[in-house]
Amino acid sequence: MEIPYTVAERPDTGLNNGKIGIWLFLASEVMLFGALFASYLMMRIGAAEWPRGDSILNVPLATLNTVILISSSVTMVMAWASLKRNDFGKFRLFMGGTVLLGFGFLIIKYIEYSAKFHHGLFPSTNTFLAIYFTLTGLHGLHVVGGMAVNAYFWGPGSKLWKTDPEHFTNRVENSGLFWHFVDLVWIFLFPVLYLL
Amino acid sequence: MATITTEKRPAHHEGAHAGPHEHGEPGFLRKYVFSTDHKVIGIWYAVTGLLFLFFGFCLVMLMRWQLAFPGQPLPLIGGLFGEARMPGGSMLPEFYNELGAMHGTIMVFLGVVPLAVGGFGNFVLPLQIGAPDMAFPRINLASYWSYFLGGVTMLASFFVPGGAAQSGWTSYAPLSVIAGQGQTMWLIGMIFLITSSLLGALNFIATTVQLRAPGLTWFRLPFFVWAQLVTSFLLLLAFPPLEAAGVLQLMDRLAGTSFFMPTGLVVSGQAVAYTGGGNPLLWQHLFWFLAHPEVYVLILPALGIVAEVIANNSRKPLFGYKIMVYSLWFLGFMSFVVWAHHMFFTGMGTTMAAFFQTTTMIISIPSVAILTSLIISLWGGSIRFTTPMLFALAFLPMFGIGGLTGLPLGLSAADIPLHDTYYVIGHFHYVVAPGTLFALFAGIYYWFPKATGRRMSERLGKIHFWPSLLCINGIFMPMFIQGLAGVSRRLYDGGAAYDFAKDVAHWNVFMSYSAWGLALAQIAFIVNFFWSIRHGEKVDDNPWQATTIEWAAPSPPPHGNFTTPPTAHRGPYDYSVPGAPQDHSPQWAS
Repeated sequence: MEIPYTVAERPDTGLNNGKIGIWLFLASEVMLFGALFASYLMMRIGAAEWPRGDSILNVPLATLNTVILISSSVTMVMAWASLKRNDFGKFRLFMGGTVLLGFGFLIIKYIEYSAKFHHGLFPSTNTFLAIYFTLTGLHGLHVVGGMAVNAYFWGPGSKLWKTDPEHFTNRVENSGLFWHFVDLVWIFLFPVLYLL
Repeated sequence: MATITTEKRPAHHEGAHAGPHEHGEPGFLRKYVFSTDHKVIGIWYAVTGLLFLFFGFCLVMLMRWQLAFPGQPLPLIGGLFGEARMPGGSMLPEFYNELGAMHGTIMVFLGVVPLAVGGFGNFVLPLQIGAPDMAFPRINLASYWSYFLGGVTMLASFFVPGGAAQSGWTSYAPLSVIAGQGQTMWLIGMIFLITSSLLGALNFIATTVQLRAPGLTWFRLPFFVWAQLVTSFLLLLAFPPLEAAGVLQLMDRLAGTSFFMPTGLVVSGQAVAYTGGGNPLLWQHLFWFLAHPEVYVLILPALGIVAEVIANNSRKPLFGYKIMVYSLWFLGFMSFVVWAHHMFFTGMGTTMAAFFQTTTMIISIPSVAILTSLIISLWGGSIRFTTPMLFALAFLPMFGIGGLTGLPLGLSAADIPLHDTYYVIGHFHYVVAPGTLFALFAGIYYWFPKATGRRMSERLGKIHFWPSLLCINGIFMPMFIQGLAGVSRRLYDGGAAYDFAKDVAHWNVFMSYSAWGLALAQIAFIVNFFWSIRHGEKVDDNPWQATTIEWAAPSPPPHGNFTTPPTAHRGPYDYSVPGAPQDHSPQWAS
């Protein structure tokens, strides 16, 4: 038995199964982060005073992290494009770069977090820090998840390239869609938490 | 759309995408426990869901003892629950709260939804659209096991110090934030369940969009498939906000944040150790943003099952099929903008209340359109009173009572005096218990022959049906009387301590006997279910002379479902077509 349209597109929908699956997943992720951003709004509207993000958080480090994450999105596209051009060596290079950049993002996040803890700033300190740690923490978990999937496709998962290159390329495209989404969440998080 | 009729499915490439299950005969574990076959997963879902329904029912039967005979020791089994819960066999208020919270949680999240969506959706939907399996069989398996873990977590929470969650199935903050460890288990369990429903929902949608058989255009889909599709969108988009809320409550409980903790909160004469600044209403908004669509998650699959059973047993096409489908989508969309009608009690302003009561009145229109279509579908039919049909027919007035008693609750002026009374309990139980549950029973009797190749006993089915119908009304109808008399739904003694409740409190005994009677009536179902698996009347592939594609598959269908991939040639309900050789023209017959 074989499931139809795992690789090929269904003519009338123009999609393969994986593509529709990842978009539906991202739709639910939008609702998850949407609810958290809405909670942020409700916290902030209800607060007697709300600190400006840059008075507590480290804007230069976060700016650097923004650059890192956007670069990783670029390398992610390059990885997929290399597969489309049938260049597996380049794919390994760009995919490895994507994973390393994600790792760099997490290291900087770790530096930021530990600096906060050193200054006695914890999630329980006030509602601003509570929403900051929750949103960035959940985003960080998404980065870890995306890195795990990308590392799998860089390593053991890439065996599929030899037997079914088109299927493998589709998988990389889908994990890329997720990675871009994680990037996009950060693009919203950065100004909302650090600058406003 | 018409192009599908000519397209071919991709040919089978030997070995190209061979999954692990394709190498020879699978072992016992792979075939029955960790199978990726949608039918096996569906049956697992259904059986687990039924067990949880039974467990949730047992919890409420304990509560009904306390409500009927407040403070009196429970005979025979009262000693089994330990001194911490029922000293000397009489129930402590804390244990009553545990039972109440867990009854709601288990019935909704572990019983009805897994049976209606996980069970029926998994088993029937791919067959009805002529697909060999779900689009993502392994994700399907992960969905079941995530549900299973969530269930185990919920059950285990009864045994942590302090017992299971006690803050109601709604887990309102700040009560839930300062509650015992059982609440943490509840939140972790919910995160498993939300993951499970996310994986299931995206699978259903992808399967419906991608794997419809050639010729099965959108408006040839059975109504059941439409119902599951809209339900899946609700699960996909409404559950994540509850997940967000769950994460925030976990942070409040474990990291000491104050998302739901207001400034200056004093509990039992002591200021709580939270910095404050949070908003308890935020929890309610996030919770009901899920939980109102969840109401439609509970009811839409039931409507889908009833539509199938009614069309089949009245031997007529559904009346207003397209209107029903459009209503379904409108209902799904509107269910996202009515949530605050659960919160009129919170002191919301009149502008907000006006908005939400308007949307609530609007959402009743498509519900009535669907129910009316189902009733008119009976007109002029040659009705067969089979067991599934009896349950489906009973569904119509029961769901009708549930829906109509909801209208006063949608208007804030009428809701405020009624909201915290038994009236509300009666209202939503009419929707979910004699409504949805009866539809689910109809579905079990209807599709049992497809799953096993044997029909359930009609005689035992009727012994199950009539007492169930009587008893379930005996439970819920008096709730309206008590509710209109103003009896609060949160009282541990059923109102015995209040003078104004004196005239209606005696109904508690009648309701409790009805509940235990309902339990006895289920024995007929349990016996019938197990007996029929081996000894039921053997039937052919299409025992109900139905038209939809699931009946083209062998009973029980093998892994991969169809002996030859089916093609749809007509709409789903071509019953009694003039000039046709028989009274049903199956979709798959050319």
